[in-house]
Amino acid sequence: MPEANDPNSIQLTADGQLRHFLTTEGLPRELLTEILDTADSFVDMSQQQVKKVPLLRGKTVANLFFENSTRTLSTFELAAKRLSADVLNLNINTSSTKKGETLKDTLMTLEAMHADMFVVRHSDSGAAHFIAQHVTPNVAVINAGDGRHAHPTQAMLDMLTIRRHKGDFAPLKVAIVGDILHSRVARSQIHALRTLGANEIRVIAPKTLLPRHIEALGVKVYTEMAPGLRDVDVIMMLRLQKERMQSALLPSESEFYKLYGLNRDKLAYAKPDAVVMHPGPINRGVEIESEVADGPRSLILDQVTNGIAVRMAVMSKAMSGQLSQRGESDQEEQA
Amino acid sequence: MVSGTLSVDALLDKMARETRALISHRSLDDPLMIGIRTGGVWLAERLHQQLELSSPLGVMDISFYRDDFTQAGINPKVQPTQLPCPTEGRHIILVDDVIMTGRTIRAALNELFDYGRPASVSLITLLDLQRRELPIQADVIGGTLALGPDQVVKLNGPDPLSLTIRQRD
Repeated sequence: MPEANDPNSIQLTADGQLRHFLTTEGLPRELLTEILDTADSFVDMSQQQVKKVPLLRGKTVANLFFENSTRTLSTFELAAKRLSADVLNLNINTSSTKKGETLKDTLMTLEAMHADMFVVRHSDSGAAHFIAQHVTPNVAVINAGDGRHAHPTQAMLDMLTIRRHKGDFAPLKVAIVGDILHSRVARSQIHALRTLGANEIRVIAPKTLLPRHIEALGVKVYTEMAPGLRDVDVIMMLRLQKERMQSALLPSESEFYKLYGLNRDKLAYAKPDAVVMHPGPINRGVEIESEVADGPRSLILDQVTNGIAVRMAVMSKAMSGQLSQRGESDQEEQA
Repeated sequence: MVSGTLSVDALLDKMARETRALISHRSLDDPLMIGIRTGGVWLAERLHQQLELSSPLGVMDISFYRDDFTQAGINPKVQPTQLPCPTEGRHIILVDDVIMTGRTIRAALNELFDYGRPASVSLITLLDLQRRELPIQADVIGGTLALGPDQVVKLNGPDPLSLTIRQRD
């Protein structure tokens, strides 16, 4: 049954518009480029005195966070508010599940409140897909990170940051460094970079933090920084989850920092104009040296700004796809 | 009105003349001209040159402000609005190709006010199709056109500029 396994059968409308955003995997290049183009316009909106557009006026966006993430939640909240939506933040860890409410009951309750969009963060891989399959047809679902599976808006804000600094993807060599094994960010980045046509994608990690058969995704694998970073244009660091230390996948933080932490010496292996990115929050002295994180080649704060714009673009596109699917679409040009 | 193609040069000359008179009559000191994407930008480029305005030309994309988002969805080709200088306290001259219902101009005004409080806003359009649904009027128009119910008009450009009137598909 190829239909059910194809993520795009649920992500796209019959005419190829986005209606849920669950993964970057398998989305066509034109659509990813449209998301980046739309996001570019939203970045420029920050010049306005009133940083708000009326695209989602009268719509209700519910942020369903089954896993804590203050940073992702706040950028989604701000993105929805800048689109003039009404926003409901639900930290479900601390409320309904403790009272024994099932996920389906929670969804039905929210649907009864006539929410138009769910932004879902969950520690289980596939949670956003599950919700997209079970919501009523009029609700758009955005994946804000599910287990080890995907974090598509993070990947797209990284793509926007790269494109705004480097222009074209075609000549770029990009290295992704750190805990590839547990990283939903890395997976989404790899899919997006491949679709957008990056020249070369490398992953750099200790063997214990590399998934098996990662080469099948079209990446070159390195276990050392010096050869891995040679001649790269973009370095994308990953966050090291502290709990991985306890699970004996890594000897110690200081050992990891010595081998894989990005400091000025290691940065010198990359191209002289290479840029450094990190999804945040950063562990200074674990993945990255402060001088590099705060240095002139760091784009970490640009990523935060671009994250709001990308989330606005994804939300307005998914809502637009949902509305066209409702049959309210009227293609006639407004004069 | 029969189908066909018209040149807009004569209309542009008339618009430039009347805009010059408007600027002097209303004492619009150092006006800031803004073209509405796409046709309005092409026209604004010509007018800006003919009138020798000193402030650089602005470009506005009103896609995010349209009132038919719930019906038509987001324009996949939306581009950034580029206003070269602050609009606060300035005399703005908006330029668009066609005014019909007035809804595009309503959206443009909303967007403009999100950038600040202009001293005044004037509107110049090439054609008035006279099917207003909102109380919005142009200050200068190239001409009026009464289209049949199945006819559409389109500005082709940027060079040369011409108007095509044809039957709706």
